Amino acid sequence: MAEEKKLFKVKIDNITVEVEPGTTILNAARNIGGEVVPPAMCYYSKLDGSGGKCRTCLVKVTKGSEADPRPMPKLVASCRTTVMDGMEVANITSPEVLEARKGVVEFLLINHPLDCPVCDQAGECDLQDLSYEHGVSGTRYEFKRRTFEKEDIGEHIKLHMTRCILCYRCVFTADQLTEKRQHGILKRGDASEISTYMRASLDQTNFIGNVIDVCPVGALTDRTARFKNRVWFLKPVDAHRNCEDPKCCGKTVLWMRGDEIFRVTARKDKYGEVEGFICDTCRFEKKEVKDWVVEGPRKIARHSVISQGHYVGVHKPQETVARVMDGRQPKLLMDIHTVSEVNMPQVDLSQLEGPAHSTDFPTNKGVQ
Amino acid sequence: MQSLTNRATPVDRRPMNLWEKLYLPAIFKGMAITLGHIFKKKATVNYPEETRPFSPVFRGLHILNRDEEGRERCTACGLCAVACPAEAITMEAAERLPGEEHLYREEKYAARYEINMLRCIFCGFCEEACPKQAVYMSETFAPSNYQRKGFIYGKDDLLIAHPQKSITENKK
Repeated sequence: MAEEKKLFKVKIDNITVEVEPGTTILNAARNIGGEVVPPAMCYYSKLDGSGGKCRTCLVKVTKGSEADPRPMPKLVASCRTTVMDGMEVANITSPEVLEARKGVVEFLLINHPLDCPVCDQAGECDLQDLSYEHGVSGTRYEFKRRTFEKEDIGEHIKLHMTRCILCYRCVFTADQLTEKRQHGILKRGDASEISTYMRASLDQTNFIGNVIDVCPVGALTDRTARFKNRVWFLKPVDAHRNCEDPKCCGKTVLWMRGDEIFRVTARKDKYGEVEGFICDTCRFEKKEVKDWVVEGPRKIARHSVISQGHYVGVHKPQETVARVMDGRQPKLLMDIHTVSEVNMPQVDLSQLEGPAHSTDFPTNKGVQ
Repeated sequence: MQSLTNRATPVDRRPMNLWEKLYLPAIFKGMAITLGHIFKKKATVNYPEETRPFSPVFRGLHILNRDEEGRERCTACGLCAVACPAEAITMEAAERLPGEEHLYREEKYAARYEINMLRCIFCGFCEEACPKQAVYMSETFAPSNYQRKGFIYGKDDLLIAHPQKSITENKK
């Protein structure tokens, strides 16, 4: 019989949990779940070596271990600190941690543009959630923010370096999922930026699209869905297909409106991490319902903006008019589709390769 | 039974006396009230020649605003549509092409923007939700129309006139 592993007892926010040695505080907190889980912007459990960059997961270790009960002198990054037996950690119970997190959010937002109305990530953005929960609404920063040109890195991926928080997740993704990494962090310190050297295209490998999913902000977005629709107007639907690529799990979320598929993403769990990485063929090229086996609507947290307008368990009232009028349908005084210019049959946004432009629409009755 | 208010008075059912039987005094009393109204302040105005002043918070017809250079402010973020309790607002976004910077303020704009005035309840949530100060509710009524299709307001109905162009150019 194998020797039984000794489990470490950790107390996080006065909740005791037993975890294996070598587990990080963050993962121990995730074992508990709920409110005690520190937020993480750069740590990604599916990517080796990620974490330790953004400092949003800072916690206070009030008791180092059973053997050495001294508290740790500073707040520690919970995604990088492993647990010790008898460790006591304070996350939301420590005002110091909450104050520090507020400061971290302020730092992350220093160079982040306030272009959420334009950004495609709005509504499913980790930084948006984090700053809503922990940030302050005002800014104290008075200097020029760092800006970059928007860049098309490859045919399908748009890079808005201005929005980047340098979490390195996309670099780890490219390293660990694709054969050859084409992009990385150039320059150092304040000048560092995600880019490709000499404007190379990222499209040469089949898994690079996952950088869009792992990006916690809107720095890397899907060009095939760019500006097509906001996430909260689309209906997320679980679907799968038999992908030829053995590494691709084929399990995706289709973001649909009616029969149109606007965007295909991997399935994300409650920590914003994908359940399985999907290949670029699934993500960018299969935009028709017949390519997919639809499983059903995806469960979205009730308080997410994405769940607005998606009614669950609706009992539709019976149509009484036809019953009362001996089967005759009521006379429609107006069919909105004959009048409305939105959603015209000749403009199929979901089938466009990139974002829509003014050239894609028939002239707007004289408006420039 | 307990009365709801203390204003109820019992009906006087006594037979009429001579003065009341004369009938005419009551008529004159009534006519005096009627004629007295001629000299009172009128409760109505001669709309449309005359209009009532609107309250500053009046929520009337929507407009889509332009900035001082005449560029459209709306960036099709969809917050008005998501805030709309009547689901009256729909839009389609597009990316600004190089050379269109004088038309649209941001890199993304509403290629189509429609308000279904049949659905609109004039709650003003769209105005409140707008992060770009693009949609406003003006101090006018939504005009009447003979047909339902005239109530689907597109961008050409909603956009305000270009501030630097003449009236004839704006009418085009």
